Parts: sequence; structure tokens; C-alpha cells
Amino acid sequence: MKKVKVFITLKESVLDPQGQAVMQSLHNMDYPNVKDVRIGKYIELELEDTADVAAEVDEICDKLLANTVIENYRYEIEEEVHS
Amino acid sequence: MKTAVIVFPGANCDQDMYYAIKDGLGEDVEYVWHAETSLDGFDAVMIPGGFSYGDYLRSGAIARFAGIMPAVIKAAQEGKPVLGVCNGFQILLEAGLLPGAMLKNSHLKFICETVRLKVENNETLFTSLYKKDEIIRIPIAHGEGNYYCDDATLKTLKDNHRIVFTYHGENPNGSREAIAGIMNRAGNVLGMMPHPERAADALLGSDDGLRLFQSILNHWRESAHAAYTS
Repeated sequence: MKKVKVFITLKESVLDPQGQAVMQSLHNMDYPNVKDVRIGKYIELELEDTADVAAEVDEICDKLLANTVIENYRYEIEEEVHS
Repeated sequence: MKTAVIVFPGANCDQDMYYAIKDGLGEDVEYVWHAETSLDGFDAVMIPGGFSYGDYLRSGAIARFAGIMPAVIKAAQEGKPVLGVCNGFQILLEAGLLPGAMLKNSHLKFICETVRLKVENNETLFTSLYKKDEIIRIPIAHGEGNYYCDDATLKTLKDNHRIVFTYHGENPNGSREAIAGIMNRAGNVLGMMPHPERAADALLGSDDGLRLFQSILNHWRESAHAAYTS
């Protein structure tokens, strides 16, 4: 088994109203050092070992996990998951 | 004209859509469960609003892979009228039948109110009974109606008159160019955030939405007649 950690983020060209609201809150809490906040998603997958796990994860991300019109994704594949 | 109203788990405007067509328009309509795989025999397809699959992951992302979706895509390719309202619009975007994507409303609030729309294009099968630039009153109810597309897509939409409705006056959700509804290149697939089915009877506060369904019916009658005489 492989564990895959998928990180989905909004593209830089896309405004993030949630991130803006959180940043405003942080400023109100007196953290003026915070210059930007971007909110994304983190998804963990567990996959059976196959010849090309990366290709399968790319396909899964492109088709479902991310909307590539507005989002980018990257992932990390970790070795054996012991179950 | 026989219309299908697709029902996803979490849809909540399917009955409004059904009654707008049955009672408002006076035409045949049937619910089609999302797990069905055929839309044969239907002349038009409605994807109603709601929160399909709880909006998990992204609005419309999971519904896009429902069993009925290949049939919806086939109907669109065959040139049948396909209307997606609110969550239905989000599903059409996720399915790639329309370009762009939805972001959370710029002010992050869910908005539920009647807004004014401008009919930007009345030369479509969905809007032929409206006047160009007519201002109509239709309710909106959404948290993610902030339409986004890149500059190239926006130019294509504009150049081909595919922006059908825009918000008139205040832009309620931050949508690019105040876009409220767009159609595909062929002109038979319309996605819109406002709910015409909730404005299909004067008792509901506005019947401005009814003409959208009447326009579809007129188109169907004309094309059926054309097919008969050719």
C-alpha cells in the first residue's frame, strides 16, 4: 500500500475570499505581519501498489479532486502503509 | 414536449422545477433519478438546484460523475435543450459542458433574495420571449455563485454572445463581469445561478421566469414542425 498526501490550492490568479477573511481576522487580532492567507485542501489517499501510482494519482486529481480551472495540486507518495 | 428533471441526492429545487413545467408551462415532465443511465424519449433536460452530495469536495464535483451524466452529455451533444440552475449550473461547469468555475461568494455569505437580471442575449432558445436588455426579477439562493473564468474564456464568451444574463445593479456575489448565466457554443446548454422555476407564477412574487420555459417550448414546437415538414 502507498499513502498519498494531496495538497490542493487555489491558483494565484484566483482571489480567495476565505483567505482574505481569515487574514482580516488575523490583522484584527494584532498580527500585522501576516501579509497573505490562502486556504486549500489536504486529502489523504491509500492505494494498492501498482506499476505507476503517480499516473493514477494524476488522473484522480485531474478528474475529481481538483478543478484545474481554479486549482493547482501537488502530492507526496509515501512508502508502505502497514495495515 | 417531454422534459426530464434530474434528481440528485441533496437536490432541493427539483419539485419547483417539476411544477414550473407541469403547471406553469402545462407540459409533460418526469423526475429522473441520478442512477438512471438513459434520457431517451426526453426532449429537454433540467438539472435543478440544491446541494447534490452535500456539496462535498466542490459544488457539483461528485454529481458530475453520477450514472445519468453520460446521458446528459449525450443529450447536450444531440442539441437538446439542457438547463442547469444554481447547483445544476455548477454541475454543468464541473462536467465541462460550460467553461469556467464557481468560487465562494466574494463576501462569503449565502444570499437568498430576488435580484434584477439583464437579458444580454435574447436570440437563444431559452430567451426568445424576452426583449434584449430587458430587466427581469428572479430569485437567487447560493453561497458559491461567484463565476470565474480566465481572460481568454471571457473573451470567447463575449465574442460569441454566450453571456445570456448578467446581474443588474449590485453584483451580489463578485461574479466576473456580473455574469449570472452563460450558454455553450452551440446555444443549447444554459447554466444560470438565478432560479427561473421560483419565478414561474405571480403568486410567488414574479412570473418573469416562466417565459424562459415558454421559450424552450416554442423552440421545441418550431423544430418539431421543421422536422415534420422537411
